[in-house]
Amino acid sequence: MITKRIIPCLDVRDGRVVKGVNFENIGDVASPVDMAKKYTEAGADELVFYDITASAEGRKLFTEILTETASNVFIPLTVGGGISSIEDFDRVLKCGADKVSVNSGAIRNPGIITEAAKLYGDQCVVLSCDIKRVGGEFRVFSRGGRDDTGMEAIEWIRRCVGMGAGEVVVNSIDTDGVKTGFDIELLDLVCKAVSVPVIASGGAGSIEHFIELFRRIPTIDAGLAASIFHFDEVSISDLKDAMAAEGIPVRRI
Amino acid sequence: MIAIIDYGVGNLFSLKSSLAEIGAEAVVTSDEKVIAECDRIILPGVGAFEDAARKLRESGMAEVVKKEAAAGKPLLGICLGMQLMFDKGYEYGEHEGLGLIHGNVRPIADVIPEGYKIPHIGWNLLKFTKKSPLFKYIKEGDYVYFVHSYYAADCDESVIATTEYGADLTAAAANGNVYGCQFHPEKSGKVGMKILKAFVEL
Repeated sequence: MITKRIIPCLDVRDGRVVKGVNFENIGDVASPVDMAKKYTEAGADELVFYDITASAEGRKLFTEILTETASNVFIPLTVGGGISSIEDFDRVLKCGADKVSVNSGAIRNPGIITEAAKLYGDQCVVLSCDIKRVGGEFRVFSRGGRDDTGMEAIEWIRRCVGMGAGEVVVNSIDTDGVKTGFDIELLDLVCKAVSVPVIASGGAGSIEHFIELFRRIPTIDAGLAASIFHFDEVSISDLKDAMAAEGIPVRRI
Repeated sequence: MIAIIDYGVGNLFSLKSSLAEIGAEAVVTSDEKVIAECDRIILPGVGAFEDAARKLRESGMAEVVKKEAAAGKPLLGICLGMQLMFDKGYEYGEHEGLGLIHGNVRPIADVIPEGYKIPHIGWNLLKFTKKSPLFKYIKEGDYVYFVHSYYAADCDESVIATTEYGADLTAAAANGNVYGCQFHPEKSGKVGMKILKAFVEL
């Protein structure tokens, strides 16, 4: 039986891992390479690296950090942040990324999804989507959660999957960083709308929040979080023990 | 020295790094002479069967791999590289494979029930169907990482491990010195490293 994945996310700025609350007040944390190794040892199923400043300032990822990480950890690695062209895909794939996530780049040019899927396969193209409630609907935000695109989120995700996105990371801006649990309402809508794997992001504050996520949405594939792992508030091995005890399929190492 | 066949398909960085991690020397190459000097071969691959099979033929690597396999050199195909070792692939039409292991590559949609997501992406466990030196350092129930929408079918006699995803899918196969893994050992953490180590020691 396929397992539910636990994915630590490393937001990288200037070669360091950072984590903010509601995308603001960003504080320095640690070396991405050390953290990637630590998480892999603890049983992380996959790692996500986001260059959090790139989409706003057009800054490119520090490819040395990526290369060093990919040379040291042997689990799937997804890279995002500032991906807006096939050249960007090529650059991070050559540094050892397995999947590439597009967010603002796809909003500016949706065609990049189709183009990348044809070149590298659907499995390589991850749609990452920052979503916030505005006036009773779910809206897609761009530029690291700063700009309201005016687009309805479920329709946007469905469209991107139709164009070749092989996985979707759903990040709820409303729940991000506030540790009150995942955005079950939003995630359930996305899972019902698409048949590709869906990764929940934003809001995890405790082990119970992951249990609630996988219990309430049995079709969700993975839970992603950053700060609770970074600050050792939740250990991945404790989390997996708790999930196994609840009968949720997990990979144990 | 291990030859990682370069025929313009897939990301070879992780494979090379993971072999370095277990202390195995590897070279990414499409040079027949270099391949002849290596003592084992890995055929990687991601993407579509037809495109990869064509690139393998056009680069001349198909003949080289077949020749080396026939000479008894240990050969490991990974993911699409594994699928290419079979007789035929049925991904958007019917396409010729290398024919090193008997069987055909078919859509998993043919055998799994509705409601299962395709591709089969994630960590799933291995069920051994035969004893194999490739598994000497791992145990049944160990988890490995899969990403695929097609699987090797019609090959019961060669299957050495399966994985359950609504149906038992071929996870690994072997025919003499020719081995194939549907999963990615280079992305399967410690378990994957142990499988690569076993291959290097064949």
